[in-house]
Amino acid sequence: MAQITLDDVDYVAGLAQLTLDEATKERLVGELGSILAYMDKLNALDTTGVEPMMHALDMTNVYREDEVIESLDREAALMNAPKTDGAYFLVPRILEGD
Amino acid sequence: MDREWFRMTAHELADAFRNGDTTAEAVAEEHLARIEKIDPQVQAYVDVWQESALDAARDADARIRAGTATPLTGVPMSLKDLLCSTEGTTTCCSHILDGYRSPYDATVVERLREAGAVVLGKVNMDEFAMGSSTENSARQTTRNPWNLKCVPGGSSGGSAASVAADEAVYSLGSDTGGSIRQPASCCGCVGMKPTYGRVSRYGLVAFASSLDQIGPFTKDVRDCALVLNAICGHDKRDTTSANLAVPDFTQALTGDVSGLRIGLPKEYYTDALGGDVRDRVETAIDILKDRGATPVEVSLPHTEYAVAVYYIICTAEASANLARFDGVRYGQRAANVKDVRELYHQTKSAGFGLEVQRRIMLGTYVLSSGYYDAYYLKAQKARSLIAQDFTKAFEHCDVIVTPTTPTPAFRIGEKIDDPLQMYLSDLFTISTNLAALPAISVPCGLTTEQLPAGLQVIGRPFDETAVLRTAYAYEQHRGFDWGRPPLG
Amino acid sequence: MNYEAVIGMEVHVELNTRSKVFCGCSTNFHAPPNTNVCPVCLGMPGTLPVLNRQAVEFSVAVGLALDCSISRWSKMDRKNYFYPDLAKNYQISQYDLPLSFDGAINIIVGGETKRIGITRAHLEEDTARNTHTLGGGDSGVDFNRSGVPLLEIVSEPDIRSGAEAYAYLTALKQILQYLGVSDCNMEEGSLRAEANISIRPVGQEAFGVKTEVKNVASFSGTQKAIEYEIARQRQILENGGAITQETRGWDADRGITVSQRSKESAHDYRYFPEPDLAPIVVDTAWEEQIRAGLPELPQVRRARFEEAFGLSPYDAGVLTASREMADYFEAVVEAKAPPKQAANWIMGDVQALLTYRELDIADCPLAPVELAAMIGLIENGTISGKIAKDILPELMDTGKSAQDLIEEKGLVQISDADELVTVAREVIAANPGPAADYRAGKAKALGFLVGQLMKATKGKANPKLANEILARELGSSED
Repeated sequence: MAQITLDDVDYVAGLAQLTLDEATKERLVGELGSILAYMDKLNALDTTGVEPMMHALDMTNVYREDEVIESLDREAALMNAPKTDGAYFLVPRILEGD
Repeated sequence: MDREWFRMTAHELADAFRNGDTTAEAVAEEHLARIEKIDPQVQAYVDVWQESALDAARDADARIRAGTATPLTGVPMSLKDLLCSTEGTTTCCSHILDGYRSPYDATVVERLREAGAVVLGKVNMDEFAMGSSTENSARQTTRNPWNLKCVPGGSSGGSAASVAADEAVYSLGSDTGGSIRQPASCCGCVGMKPTYGRVSRYGLVAFASSLDQIGPFTKDVRDCALVLNAICGHDKRDTTSANLAVPDFTQALTGDVSGLRIGLPKEYYTDALGGDVRDRVETAIDILKDRGATPVEVSLPHTEYAVAVYYIICTAEASANLARFDGVRYGQRAANVKDVRELYHQTKSAGFGLEVQRRIMLGTYVLSSGYYDAYYLKAQKARSLIAQDFTKAFEHCDVIVTPTTPTPAFRIGEKIDDPLQMYLSDLFTISTNLAALPAISVPCGLTTEQLPAGLQVIGRPFDETAVLRTAYAYEQHRGFDWGRPPLG
Repeated sequence: MNYEAVIGMEVHVELNTRSKVFCGCSTNFHAPPNTNVCPVCLGMPGTLPVLNRQAVEFSVAVGLALDCSISRWSKMDRKNYFYPDLAKNYQISQYDLPLSFDGAINIIVGGETKRIGITRAHLEEDTARNTHTLGGGDSGVDFNRSGVPLLEIVSEPDIRSGAEAYAYLTALKQILQYLGVSDCNMEEGSLRAEANISIRPVGQEAFGVKTEVKNVASFSGTQKAIEYEIARQRQILENGGAITQETRGWDADRGITVSQRSKESAHDYRYFPEPDLAPIVVDTAWEEQIRAGLPELPQVRRARFEEAFGLSPYDAGVLTASREMADYFEAVVEAKAPPKQAANWIMGDVQALLTYRELDIADCPLAPVELAAMIGLIENGTISGKIAKDILPELMDTGKSAQDLIEEKGLVQISDADELVTVAREVIAANPGPAADYRAGKAKALGFLVGQLMKATKGKANPKLANEILARELGSSED
């Protein structure tokens, strides 16, 4: 299962929104391949009937009450924005289907 | 200068402040001077807060005079660059967050300020806490104060180096798979990861949400207890923070371990563990035995799967946690992008370093369609088995004692091209993150290369007290002069 | 060939909690851009979500109202995709364990009741709003809606026509509004409907290739879009073509659906359990507590109105269309008005006046008890229905009681026979022609004379009594 190909790397990079140069792709094919091959040792482990540990602590039903708390000043909200008109965060024009 | 206050521990400084031997302002100035002098060699700091540190020190002096000081009031410290602070920048040592200013303080930063801490600045780390050597920082290469050719460990290498080099009395770092304990071991200071849920993660920039935990680097175990007293406790802004009473951890500092059963996992003490580190750890166990503790062999049979499980879970969680760094709301945006897709791709590819991209790729892969069950779900099941190993082991012992790392600090550049070897060096620390347990690394001597070795003590969930009790008893009776790194 | 349509609906509804689902920011719709935001809903580094209890309880209430099973144990998951309106580039949603599942709604189409299955209803967070009207080649993002609690309600593909889809949406909205969990305002985007539409030859079990129609601004638009889409697909199949699986938008001006660029790659959302949130456990005690707080739901109430008040199915339907309307009606009946009269007044004159004043029944200035009092005055003969109609606008505007108003205006009905006999004789004397006609057997002439009598008394004469007296006087004067 750990046979990772250039196509896999392309597909995953697309999901992660990364653009990799050819050399990095080649490198990742090898590196991810060997790491995944190492991870395949888990196949040898019998986990029949074992519940996955989805959360680190055994807690349930942790809630906040429905109370409004003061929001950030807009200035503070936009303080780190790479591009803004003072009201909105600006991004290159979004087209339907993007 | 009669005394070098910067060499003191927090509890020594608190005494000195109370007795009027010195002032917080004077101590802060000394530390800032120390940083100016030493840091060009060590390169622990990425942002020094000269002015606000002195302001905080003067406020601390007022509190000390008014008699409202806490044990940490006026004590200078450093913060890992992934703890959000309104002061200065918070960049996770990544280019993608160059210049980022947090609009809020992390809960631990708030608590430290309430305690009267003097924050000297932000310290270096592996980018987004991904690494074991601090070589993955986008800022600089931090050196091990004991040997400047060696890494300080990681990812909280700046925290460990700043404390070991007396550039801070203590530091806060984060530990996802050993990122506090391993650098503490490498740099010869005390480092502790509390139980998952003990310290609020609000304001800790997430690497792997189900594993991350904030903890202290200190010069001794007493300071560790004092810092824990200040930062632990429930926070309603963190769902995963435990709503449990926090004991006064200094009560654990009795020096007495009689009747304590110390578990020695046979899977850790294999033939592969050799040389100096094994020798130092065995000596430490003998010291605990002499003080009345009983060594017990225990088994953690799923240890061999821990590294695989860890890297599946942490990269999967990281792939989602790091998705938000896209150049829309904050951070560095690539220039001249013509559409949203280019915005994402160019921002991320230029902003993230290689190791971060590698882990995002790995995490995305293991979650992708068709692989979830084989990797992520399987890893979560194996994680249950690893956690159960500890539950069973703790039926026979009160704490588990192991080396923190199998080898001391390695040379800069030695492992950077072999990610798998780098990952395997976390072997002894990651299981405790997977099992959400508290663990400390306490220095246990120097190897023949004059590099520190660390003793790891692991406790039951929320039993930091037993961990501190063991570490303190060992520290009190280890019987060697710990010395100082060979720095100016 | 005969085709049948197979339609499933996905409805997103914003829950009207005061604060957002994972932070304390207000959910108020009418705030300037990026003012109801905080580090959490902006996805700032280091922030963590904390789940709003009310959002969970509203979700469970909807599940119960839709006759769903409630998951004893459920959890939140991360759904990973990149879009500028998604603050964290993952949406906290629910994947394999929704809060509720396996429910149904009954709809009535053409007098027939039909059951539409509900697959699931799950809680998630709403996204920000993008705006493309700023100029300058940029889009703007406003995070005020980011993190508003959103319930996604997915139906089974049980719907067969645009009319059924319309009825489904109407019934669903009615239930949500009865529960008071959402404004269901399509213009403000607090209710959004998407339809998955395919057609297949009648008798075939396998589904055809489906298209998804979204961004429709109204229920009637949804119905039209579905009808258009069914016709479009049929035409393609009948011409030997094949349907492309795609998302289509509704162009209301042209009345057609338009292909939106088909997605470049298949979705791979990489769901995994949200490690920052604890699992949600709804035990029977909590479920029962929420169930006990449910209002009487529209279908039950409608049936009760027919049964208890003898209303026609149509009237019961109108009066239970909204919870406020039904509450108003019941309050009028509670104040001793006969149900049928109450129904007629509310559905007729009261509703007309409210419509004219652009008011909702919930804001009706005429208190139910005053309407009941007015109806009581008609019943006991104090005023005529005509007078009641005349004074209703003033009753509504002044807030006076009907009794005070008619006394003030001297509108009390004349039921004094002696007084009416006097007026009747005057009317007969003044109108000899019609009187003679009546006596000659033209019964119709009586109506004219009654009208004259009413005119003479300014409408205050008791009409029944006026009739009797006039008839008697015309008869007796013959002697």
